[in-house]
Amino acid sequence: MRDLVVTQRGPTRREFLKTGGALLVSFGLPGCAGVETSAASLPAPGASWPAKVDPAELDSWLAIGSDGSVCASVGKIEAGMGIGTSFAQIVAEELDVPLERVTIVMGDTATTVDQRGTGGSNGIWHGGPELRAAAAQGRATLTALAAQRLAVPVDALRIEEGVVIVAADPSKRVSYGELIGDRRFHVKVAHPPKLKDPREYRIAGRPVPRFDIAPKVEAKYRYVADVRVPGMLHGRMIRPPQAHAKIVGVDEGQGLPGLVRIVRKGDFLGVVCEREEQAIEAARRLKVEWSTPAQTFPADYDALYAALREGRAASTKSEDVHGDVEAALGAAARRVEARYEYPFQSHASMGPGCAVADVGNGGAIVWAGGQKPYPLRHAVAGILGLPLEKVRVIWQPGPGSYGMNDADDCAVDAALLSQAVGRPVRVQYMRHEGTGWDPKGPPAVFRMRAGLDASGNVTAWDCEARGFSGQLRPSGTDVPGDSLAGQILGTFQPNSKDEHKFPEESYAFPAKRKVSHLLDWKRSLATALRTAHVRDPDGPQTCFASESFADEVAYAAGIDPVEFRLRYIADQRERAVVEAAARKSGWQPHAAPRRARDGNLLVGHGIAHAPRHGTMVAVVAEVRVDPSTGRYRVRRFTVAHDCGFVVNPRSLEGTIEANLMQAMSRAMHEEVRFDATRVLSVDWISYPIVDMMEAPEAVDIVILGNEPGAKSLGAGEPTTRPVGAAIANALHDAIGAPVRRIPLTPQAVLAAMKA
Amino acid sequence: MAQPISMTVNGEERTVRAEPQTPLLYVLRNDLGLAGPKFGCGLGQCGACTVHLDGTAIRSCATPVASAQDARVTTLEGLARNGALHAVQQAFIEEQAAQCGYCISGWIMTAAALLEANPSVSEDDIRRGLSGLKCRCGTHLAILRAVKLAASRMAAQRRA
Repeated sequence: MRDLVVTQRGPTRREFLKTGGALLVSFGLPGCAGVETSAASLPAPGASWPAKVDPAELDSWLAIGSDGSVCASVGKIEAGMGIGTSFAQIVAEELDVPLERVTIVMGDTATTVDQRGTGGSNGIWHGGPELRAAAAQGRATLTALAAQRLAVPVDALRIEEGVVIVAADPSKRVSYGELIGDRRFHVKVAHPPKLKDPREYRIAGRPVPRFDIAPKVEAKYRYVADVRVPGMLHGRMIRPPQAHAKIVGVDEGQGLPGLVRIVRKGDFLGVVCEREEQAIEAARRLKVEWSTPAQTFPADYDALYAALREGRAASTKSEDVHGDVEAALGAAARRVEARYEYPFQSHASMGPGCAVADVGNGGAIVWAGGQKPYPLRHAVAGILGLPLEKVRVIWQPGPGSYGMNDADDCAVDAALLSQAVGRPVRVQYMRHEGTGWDPKGPPAVFRMRAGLDASGNVTAWDCEARGFSGQLRPSGTDVPGDSLAGQILGTFQPNSKDEHKFPEESYAFPAKRKVSHLLDWKRSLATALRTAHVRDPDGPQTCFASESFADEVAYAAGIDPVEFRLRYIADQRERAVVEAAARKSGWQPHAAPRRARDGNLLVGHGIAHAPRHGTMVAVVAEVRVDPSTGRYRVRRFTVAHDCGFVVNPRSLEGTIEANLMQAMSRAMHEEVRFDATRVLSVDWISYPIVDMMEAPEAVDIVILGNEPGAKSLGAGEPTTRPVGAAIANALHDAIGAPVRRIPLTPQAVLAAMKA
Repeated sequence: MAQPISMTVNGEERTVRAEPQTPLLYVLRNDLGLAGPKFGCGLGQCGACTVHLDGTAIRSCATPVASAQDARVTTLEGLARNGALHAVQQAFIEEQAAQCGYCISGWIMTAAALLEANPSVSEDDIRRGLSGLKCRCGTHLAILRAVKLAASRMAAQRRA
């Protein structure tokens, strides 16, 4: 069998080969120790690794080869949006080297600084400045070394493509490779760093092709699912058929082909076999008797939403409170009220969770595909009973990742199976686990109320959210109890957090309030309905309620939806995206839903906007509805997006487009189905997502705020937030009635038309 | 019982020993060390495992290895010819048509088979031909642009 290379190799290496440059291999420096090229150099369990890679040391971030190649390390990961290329641009810019000379290493706990991985769209936002500071320090140190070598003052030097040159005598020069190649810097990163003036940028801010696309297209990119370790076995898990079922008995004498071991610890149950298809078959055929506990979940969505509306809150929080809302509502000439509902949603990543674990010799190495390898290292050490120094988690690209999916759970399962059999074990979940057992985005119900005075001015605005915390299953697997295995074993506690649901916007009204109630949902923790972060946690939920309601209030007041927003939004950048999206879309003001016709179809336009931690997005959707069936298409999206300075505009456009499609999928199709005892959405039939037939005909994107010197903010998920509300508002304009429950199904559209 | 099964994989004669009912996907990945076709669902619903069997795009997770006996199997690794990328691959790079990319084998192999059969296709034909494939990241718009670009180039080449 041909070895599949186990670490990510940037396409830059291909460029090296093409241009005759040397292939960068591990040269023993911390930053690049994770870059290995063959199975012969695979790390083995039993070694010790530092508890942390010191972020103060430049060597933790940057290594330069004698050939001038640059290897930079980050504690972030690539989730498919091209962040690795953007990091390389930041390094190349600050260090003054050609972009193609830079390789980025990510997410190996033994060799890269713990930046807690990626989450909350913070890759460039938080990870960029640290890497930039390190590259700036590298440049300063290399310039000082060159000044010494060339016997001139530092300010007599300039740098071109990794060569330090005496400005007055360009024949006197020395390259980075000659100055430091394959050796350590042994310097600290200065804070604050001396950075290049952003107005001089030539690489950062340029639209460049992503490094990872060509290898993906040529089947050379290596995902965690492609990791192969010598002597590796295959594991599969057996899940309880209904929530909280306990194992009564397992038939251990079935003679399953290829079976190495049935691994059982309490109700944690898996099989390990020689071959993958044998493990799949063994998991399917293993006879297990389970208990049949009473119902755990509400029977359906109507029951769930009723329980959320009426249940006792375990935690309540308010924010954005101005004036006396109840008094203002009482005094209003006219009141508007509406309720909105948002379901459980699944990550349903393209591939189910996958991991390889090699546990033995008093240590563990885990190849994992999630977003946060650093906390995972602690959880793996905890559940295996190993010292932290004996555990190494090596991140490998996963099969799609939008928050806390099933990747970390799988890594913990693989570690437990490997520990039990004393050999490396690869676990890849089955589709019914990827969709049915991943942690779910939390459902929520909202009661929105507003008061208008006699002239139609908004005098009161109240948002009341009720739901489950999206961090019951926390964002990051810091402790064993955060993982599914930890919960099924039942002996560990999770680091659950209360995460309240508040729409993010700067509407200024004389009286305003946002209240969030969280209901207890701890009983779900060992089940397939435990709640966790799904892309833009609580954002689509809160924005759907708040921005749908904005249109309802606008129409009640006889105001155009865009005009309504511009009148009441206080923040300047927030107003700017609304204006830009409206203008670019050719927005036609309308003070009431138009029910415009195009032949037999109804046409509607809707806008919604949302800040997300400083990033501003507005989306206009255009829909065409068949009034006889309720079926509709989104024909066009217009997006205005302001995330500050954009390192790679090309990657950003791809990320925005993909967010539109995924968020459209969530708004139109997605709800996790369940009954009183189990989750019923287990594959692509029972959890449908968007199809190519539904891709809009056109997408227009306007980028605002992209100035050199502006801070780079998050861009990975903000576009997701307003899409559902924009589609709902377009439907409202088309059919003349609001649709207040996600997903916005044809049946719901028909029902709204008849209401 | 495991038995020897011979096939031509990416132009090379290969013989594997496997249970005849084993899905082709696991043999390609685990016995032949290929990584292009991916496990996405094991149910033939998503297309991530798509390969060409005698030129036809099939879902290898739902195809017994025995049906590849004496057949030509092409995976994403084998789509390039004489070092030149297939027009669909080239267009995917130019249009930057990937996010995580885990589904990409399905889109490229399905589009390549579609366009090899007839590159003079409308956008609607392309959408229909690719319908049913899943991309969870939502790369559909870039993929559609890429396949349209490849179609126009392949059609022009046939006319020439």
